[in-house]
Amino acid sequence: MSSNAFRFPDVEFTPELKALQQEVRDFLAAEKASGGFVPVADGWGFGVDLEFSRKLGQKGWLGMTWPKQYGGHERSSMERYVVTEELLAAGAPVSAHWVADRQSGPMILKNGTEEQKKTILPRIAAGECHFAIGMSEPGSGSDLASLRTTATKVDGGYKINGTKIWSSGAHFCHYMIATVRTGGTRDEKNRHEGLSQFLIDLSIPGIEIRSIKNMAGDEHFNETHFTDAFVPDDCLLGEEGDGWHQVTSELGLERSGPERFLSSAIVLTEAARKIGNEPDDREALMLGQSVARLKSLRRMSLGVSGLLQEGGSPTVEAALVKDIGTRYESTLLNDIRQVQPTEPLGQSTDDFARTMAEGLLRVPSSTIRGGTNEVLRGIVARQLGLR
Amino acid sequence: MSNEDNLIVDAATRIFQDMSEPGVINAAEAGEWPTDLWNTLEESGLTLAWGDEALGGAGVDMLDGFALLKTAGRFSVPAPMADTLLAAWMLSHAKLQMPTGPMTIAPTQAEARIAISADGVLTGTARHIPFGRNADHIAVLARDGDKAVVALVKRADCAIRENINLAGEPADEVSFDGAKAIATASAPDGLDEAALVAMGAAVRSMQMAGGLEKILDQSVQYSLERSQFGRPIGKFQAVQHGLAELAGEAAAAGAAADAAAEAVSRKGGLGTGALAEIAAAKTRVGEAATRGAAIAHQTHGAMGFTYEHSLHHATRRLWAWRDEFGNESHWAIMLGRMVAARGADELWPFVTGD
Repeated sequence: MSSNAFRFPDVEFTPELKALQQEVRDFLAAEKASGGFVPVADGWGFGVDLEFSRKLGQKGWLGMTWPKQYGGHERSSMERYVVTEELLAAGAPVSAHWVADRQSGPMILKNGTEEQKKTILPRIAAGECHFAIGMSEPGSGSDLASLRTTATKVDGGYKINGTKIWSSGAHFCHYMIATVRTGGTRDEKNRHEGLSQFLIDLSIPGIEIRSIKNMAGDEHFNETHFTDAFVPDDCLLGEEGDGWHQVTSELGLERSGPERFLSSAIVLTEAARKIGNEPDDREALMLGQSVARLKSLRRMSLGVSGLLQEGGSPTVEAALVKDIGTRYESTLLNDIRQVQPTEPLGQSTDDFARTMAEGLLRVPSSTIRGGTNEVLRGIVARQLGLR
Repeated sequence: MSNEDNLIVDAATRIFQDMSEPGVINAAEAGEWPTDLWNTLEESGLTLAWGDEALGGAGVDMLDGFALLKTAGRFSVPAPMADTLLAAWMLSHAKLQMPTGPMTIAPTQAEARIAISADGVLTGTARHIPFGRNADHIAVLARDGDKAVVALVKRADCAIRENINLAGEPADEVSFDGAKAIATASAPDGLDEAALVAMGAAVRSMQMAGGLEKILDQSVQYSLERSQFGRPIGKFQAVQHGLAELAGEAAAAGAAADAAAEAVSRKGGLGTGALAEIAAAKTRVGEAATRGAAIAHQTHGAMGFTYEHSLHHATRRLWAWRDEFGNESHWAIMLGRMVAARGADELWPFVTGD
């Protein structure tokens, strides 16, 4: 009988995956021991370390699933999953390359020209070329299709005008994939038409990047202004007018990974260190509840990865996991606080006090970035036949 | 674990659709044994799914048995399906021959002890025995001194004090004093009261996962049928968001219950290997039951609070089952102690099951 219940395939961990997992764990332990990185809460969102990104490129852990001819390593999406979840769990500073590896590279691989693939993908895989997201605008957040930035056809290319906002890391990134309007109108009926994506070199004239400091003190967000910024024809990514379809699949990539519930995993680990081997009932309850929630999330997330591996497009499943995962994240730190009191200190050398401080100030973004939970529940509701 | 393309699940679904409908469930709560349902299940061999074939059972794969239990949970089957499967599992481990007819198990708390003498006479009382009054036989984990013994006891030889759980299912107190077992065998290594309760927790987790799927479907359907302010309530964003959250809880519960079922299937349910997955499942599924049932009732409004509407068949079972064989905090504390004992650097490997 038919049911509305979502199903996630069971993913078997092969000995090869286990071996890779161990290899990553050994690498991270050695790096941490030698001062190669200091654990950070929400390291995929905020932990920028260009050198560490390069090291991962050298290990062959970026662009893992891409063809070798473009600098990739032709490994499975499960292998990529294993590497990413280990980096996240360890609180490694992986923010610099995260967007490029997760979504920009795959978008170029899927929609780009041969020239775009050849020139850009190998640099991403080497950990030397970073991307900013160009979706939101000052007046267009959850309602992305209302965006106003335009690309106007001129001789030999396009002129871009408008403002992209948030664009995390744009100040150090080399490129942005920007979704802009090349035609159509913003009215209710046709707003999904006339959108296009461009691969924009952020160093060209006509682009001004202004930092927006976030409440955690991170220099992370930016406002990226385009004023008659000229991009040649070959900067169009994919088909002109196919931008909505493309950006929807880009969001699928953005939402599907384990970062949506592992941003604060390092804080839980450090709390366990404080608690020690003999917890009282309250401490054990918190640890047990958190680990139980994490385990079920991970199983679902692996299922999403399994669906991707099968060539599926698990947009709804990814939305569902992100909704539950980010809600878990937003309660986790408070659950920890109740049983392991600390005064969170941003500059502490104590990993628990410091990662707690980082986590508390960054976690409000969890249920917003990449699609608010309200938007995600709308996607799930549509699948349930309610819209 | 997949529910699709599973012949056993298909067969069970057909039976439950015909014979475990709301009228039968209400009648069972009023004390009427579902004769047709039970006889059909028994004839199909499903009730002894976990019984070893050589001992008179159906010899069904553990995972298929769990899939069957999820389906039974979906349909709020008002008979000791899960409990007979558990008894058959226990008898198989002890290499005892299966009787026919409904069975149940005892004890259902890890700290409970029932004594058995060398000549097979039992002493002790077990509380909260599911379907105690309906069982022909009870598979008992008893102690001869320190030695764990599996004993098969006729219910007619025991004294029953009736009670019911939140769902109106029998949850009886059974006094074994003076009852003589009709068969006994030493329990194999690893089969003790705690292992029996852990297996019960894995089973209830799977039944609850089925119940959550049921109330998701009922709630979605109801929200599209019930109109207020000129449109189906399912068109209101607030209602949609609740149902999306319910879908998430059902999915998380399914994932957790499946993980426990697979661990049990790999390790036969004995030993500590499956314990972490079972503890995680009972914890997470119990949470999902609480939140999920609340959303389902909120969606159904006053209608879902009536006895006439069938929503309570699943929700009351969810509330009963989340407390049976250890509630969420019992298992979370056990899990937390396991995590802490391994140490902080092993927390993540613990999550990944290494």
